Amino acid sequence: MDFNDTPEEAEFRAEAHAFLSQHLKPKTPGALRSGGREDFLARAKAWQKIKAEGGFAQITWPKEMGGRGGTVMQQVIWGQEEAKFDAPTGPFAIGLGMCVPTVIAFGSDEHKKKYVRKALMGEEVWCQLFSEPAAGSDVAGLKTKAVKDGDEWVINGQKVWTSGAHYSDYGILLVRTDPNVPKHKGLTMFIVDMKQKGVDVRPIHQASGGKEFNEVYFTDVRIPDSDRLGEPGMGWKVALVTLMNERLAVGGSPGPDWKEIMDYARSAGTISDQAFRAKLADWYVAAQGYKLTKFRTQTALSRGETPGPENAIGKIINANHLQDICNSAIEMQDHFGIIADKDEVPSDAIFQESFMWAPGLRIAGGTDEILKNIIAERVLGLPQDVRVDKDKTFAEMN
Amino acid sequence: MNFDFSDDQKFLRDEARKFLEAQCTMAHVREVLDDDKKSHNETVWKQIVEMGWLGAAIPEEYGGLGLGMLELCVIAEELGRVLAPVPFGSSAFFFAETLKLAGSEEQKLELLPKVADGSLIGCIAISEGPGEIKAGNVATRLGGGTISGKKIPVTDGDIATHAVVLVKDGSGESLVIVDLNQSGISREPIKTLEPTRSHATISFDGAAAELIGESGNGMALLDQINDRAAVLLAFEQLGGASRCLEMANAYAKERVAFGRAIGGNQAIKHKLADMYVKNEVARSNAYYGAWALSSNAAELPEAAAAARVAASEAYWFASKENIQTHGGMGFTWEVDCHLFYRRAKLLAVQAGSPAVWKEKLVSALEAKND
Repeated sequence: MDFNDTPEEAEFRAEAHAFLSQHLKPKTPGALRSGGREDFLARAKAWQKIKAEGGFAQITWPKEMGGRGGTVMQQVIWGQEEAKFDAPTGPFAIGLGMCVPTVIAFGSDEHKKKYVRKALMGEEVWCQLFSEPAAGSDVAGLKTKAVKDGDEWVINGQKVWTSGAHYSDYGILLVRTDPNVPKHKGLTMFIVDMKQKGVDVRPIHQASGGKEFNEVYFTDVRIPDSDRLGEPGMGWKVALVTLMNERLAVGGSPGPDWKEIMDYARSAGTISDQAFRAKLADWYVAAQGYKLTKFRTQTALSRGETPGPENAIGKIINANHLQDICNSAIEMQDHFGIIADKDEVPSDAIFQESFMWAPGLRIAGGTDEILKNIIAERVLGLPQDVRVDKDKTFAEMN
Repeated sequence: MNFDFSDDQKFLRDEARKFLEAQCTMAHVREVLDDDKKSHNETVWKQIVEMGWLGAAIPEEYGGLGLGMLELCVIAEELGRVLAPVPFGSSAFFFAETLKLAGSEEQKLELLPKVADGSLIGCIAISEGPGEIKAGNVATRLGGGTISGKKIPVTDGDIATHAVVLVKDGSGESLVIVDLNQSGISREPIKTLEPTRSHATISFDGAAAELIGESGNGMALLDQINDRAAVLLAFEQLGGASRCLEMANAYAKERVAFGRAIGGNQAIKHKLADMYVKNEVARSNAYYGAWALSSNAAELPEAAAAARVAASEAYWFASKENIQTHGGMGFTWEVDCHLFYRRAKLLAVQAGSPAVWKEKLVSALEAKND
């Protein structure tokens, strides 16, 4: 039992670290999310290009696709090292992590030629258009429809929670092409040009105050049949491939943790409070549980094993943990804790900022409840939930 | 990254599991439960002694197998799974580890081989009354090579042959080793929440005792002993918590209510998922403790405390919600759920309750981040 890299892993880590040091500044402690800055997209595109030219973009992709032809373990190592630097990666995470791999798996040779290299070089950004106002956890219940018209499909409907739609060039779009079969069987996947007429992107004003996600409205948008990914009605299977490509979570926790609240309590003189100390111990245990469970996953990867759905526990622990810490930090500040002005409140208002971000974390990418269902059904083998719509057509249920 | 047990250690685990599932069944546990005169299951104990597990982490020059702490962690988890009704932890986690940590060469040569071959059963006698024992409030005292006072409760105190005892020694505290088979000692079994592990009140009245470690260094030494035992107990707790989840899971699939298995209801599914998450957090923290213990890492105090806090929480949650999942059946004497609930509580308060360990953890974190 040890925490050491194998010699090959150590060599790759050193190479990755050297490359990163050459191009980026180390992350400043306390800096949380670097999104929202005006030049963020331009910086992200520039960094993606450098990465691609250096052979560090898409570690696991085959070389003929512009990847490194490396292992999942190398991808994990790269992610760990990149996270130590102020690397603007956000805009490409979904496109290169999920959308373009779907194009590679189901697209034509023309698609691959047209899209893959440009995405890899940071020239074009992709988004993923699955969720809808009435189809979140149950995304297969989506309503946006596509109707065939000659060699084209005509799209009408609305998507929601689309990250980066406002700066994306293309998207992969899941729509209903046949309402007269059960919901999973009537879906089809397309590539959509986000800059065309009839695509209307509107930012969502989040509860946290920010505007990082979008609603996307489709009004008589025409997509050539040649931009279909997979056969009509096969969309759900294609979507599962997209979701399977979801990047392995490699970063640390996305906000203040036990260390930050301990530091704050010490500076505020509240560290001696017994109730606080007991909670601090619990936070440390949870944070370690999260970190060390990832080490176990990494060990499995290093041995060439494939981690299973047990990974779902990471987000359950992490999101609740963050919410709890922020809540306690604010209450520790008493009435003053309600202030969200960075210049007034201690710790640059990191607790206040993450307090408003945490509810979203518990929902995005699988709610706590869906993740618990996944653990219950896929890890523990418990029966599936009752699905009253299972044998009914989509039209009958809507 | 190699944050897992080795293939050899996993082989040991598989063999231990096979052996214990056959030789230490719930029927064996219930023999002790249902007979007030039985302090432990002698048949099971004899077989465990023969396997050599007591000496797993005792070096060969002291009569052990000389494997290591990771192997002892593996065995601890398996013993926890089957609720082994034997004084293994008292002898191997506390008594032997005390000797390894602080014993003189002479003490180690004399006593460790006897722990390994089962001819000596060790225990540790700390508690004297409600609440955490602290420097300055130890009443049992050492003077002229003998001790006097009363320790209550002492886990496995009625079957042990030897004890490590915390005593007042002048103005400080010390640890001593006492042979329990001598005049000047009386022992009374005491009723506890956990009848499958025996407990006693031990009264010392001028009993001969021998210092272990330096005089006056007792509390510091006890901290070190508890750090080591905490990791091993965490594995034992993890084994029990894992069994609770398995039991609840099996029952949820089999028990039908309102026309279908209760495990199809999200209230049950999410409860079991919560158990799974807590057990995994406990497992990861226990592994880190095992790493720190086996590599004598400077991180041992916080790693041990975190392992202990996580394992106590996981076992508590899993054992109480296992009863809940079983409904009325879970509250019967015949169904095994309550045995895990009982054991979970013993292991959570032995060697310091979760509150004590949380405080130790925070103190260690403070010291580290000064």
